Amino acid sequence: MSDDIHVFIEHLRGEVAEITLISLAAARVIAEQTGGEVVGVLLGHDVQGLAAGLAADRILSIDDPAAGDYSPDLYIATLAGLIDSQTPRAVLFGDTSMGAEIAGCLSGRLGLPLVGRCHTVRAADDQIRVVSQICGGKIFVESALPESTVVVSMVPGGHRPDDGRSETAAPIETIPAPAFGEPRVALKRYVEPEIGEIDITKEDVLVAIGRGIQLEENVELAEELAQALGGALCASRPIIDQGWLPSSQMVGKSGKRVEPKVYLALGVSGAPEHVEGMASSATVIAVNTDPAAPIFDVAHYGTEADLLDLLPELIDKVKAAGAG
Amino acid sequence: MNIAVLIKLVPDLVEELEIDATGTALDTTWLRLIINEVDEHALEQALLLKERGGGDVTVVTAEGDGAEDVLYAAAAKGSDRLIRLRGISFEDAPGNHTLARVFAAVLRDLEPDLVLTGVQAHNDLDGSLGPLLAEEMGMPYVGYLSGVQTEDGVCRVMKEYPGGLAAEMEIALPAVLGIQASEEPPRYLAISRIRQAMKTATIVDREAEQPDTTGAPGVISMFTPEVGEAATMLTGADDEVAARIVEILSEQGLL
Repeated sequence: MSDDIHVFIEHLRGEVAEITLISLAAARVIAEQTGGEVVGVLLGHDVQGLAAGLAADRILSIDDPAAGDYSPDLYIATLAGLIDSQTPRAVLFGDTSMGAEIAGCLSGRLGLPLVGRCHTVRAADDQIRVVSQICGGKIFVESALPESTVVVSMVPGGHRPDDGRSETAAPIETIPAPAFGEPRVALKRYVEPEIGEIDITKEDVLVAIGRGIQLEENVELAEELAQALGGALCASRPIIDQGWLPSSQMVGKSGKRVEPKVYLALGVSGAPEHVEGMASSATVIAVNTDPAAPIFDVAHYGTEADLLDLLPELIDKVKAAGAG
Repeated sequence: MNIAVLIKLVPDLVEELEIDATGTALDTTWLRLIINEVDEHALEQALLLKERGGGDVTVVTAEGDGAEDVLYAAAAKGSDRLIRLRGISFEDAPGNHTLARVFAAVLRDLEPDLVLTGVQAHNDLDGSLGPLLAEEMGMPYVGYLSGVQTEDGVCRVMKEYPGGLAAEMEIALPAVLGIQASEEPPRYLAISRIRQAMKTATIVDREAEQPDTTGAPGVISMFTPEVGEAATMLTGADDEVAARIVEILSEQGLL
């Protein structure tokens, strides 16, 4: 086994995912302990330019016209071959739509241990410790990085994306693409994001609702507040899945990323998948009856008031202040 | 179309979570287990596929307080077969590597065309179940799906990417799919229909094979994060809290 740490460079339609920068930052912590190099693994077609600005010691590039778009089968088989031949100490992926399935399948196929939901890595007592974030951000689990080649899937929040950037260009080594048969999964087409009536990424004030809103008829109350504030309504995943708001108003991992001046979170627990989409908001005010709700971690102001009691008061006062 | 749905039970996050005396696991004394939310979507998607194209739906779960209720509810919604694995319990929070092996042993006998599972669970510590299961079964996998169509042996799925982008993919059957959201919200069920299912439906108990538990990290410690250290908490009566929020909004120049 080598001491190198591999980082899968996740990219989609010409853009590198932020989780790749976070993974590079985490990989650096591990590499300092093992004495190995941080190696960026770039799979795709005509994408070598994407390696610029990444904090890797070197880049392994596999260029294949068939890998121009993400194809689970082909990516997994190619990376399995690479891990077999290079035997890195660890391979890091983002816990994303693309990364999670590659990481899981590689672990299963190659019989490698997998540490999931990795939030932070750190060195301790000659060991590499990994802290995973589970239970919607309510529990952290510390484990030792297994001693064999290990697959790790990373979540945001622990390492800074800026630590995964570099001004120095890493040398790129091109390795030939392995032969590959007919993939069992094939991309047919992309479906562009639904364009909603309002663009929540451009609003100064967002009123966000989560499961705590309880009933569909309560959505109107939140809408009334959003209108009184001259802002817009958005929501976490459970609300969208219930069909109470259109998917164009979803904030989080598979929804929009927003950075309003004020983000008023009503009954939103603050699961990591949601926080990913709103953590950069200038001011976050959270209303949640659960004092252990992780939303209070990213909030600047919080209250344990019951939102259904608070909302009518707030609407009245906002309207009065607005009218004045 | 022979569809299998795998269901995990997970701690209810609405309840307070406590760590046990070993410091490495959740205290199960008061732990309430509920169906993994996206598994409910996987079941709904399976039922939608059955209604559209025929076939049967087999629901597989393991032991744990509430497992029976989950299975009877699945029967009341229209599932055809219910299987509970004995000898493995969600109360012990088994890793997904372990679960993939024991579920695969049962699924091999069922010979499903499609295996649906929730794309993840909030307590996944060693990756999600779907990809690990797919590798055990030698089947292809694709996850983060919010739509599944099958026609003439061709399966088309809608995979979600960040920012609302999606990709339509075609996957060869048999396959394992990780469901993020069903095309319709999971159907509502009256308690009376579950009671009725309890009288008429049969749960088949299968003994789980003694599982190989390798693949998951060894836990050194478990802890709760310090929540709300950064947040200034607003307390008092509702009108006082509302007044304070209005002040904050005014300070930001928004009112």
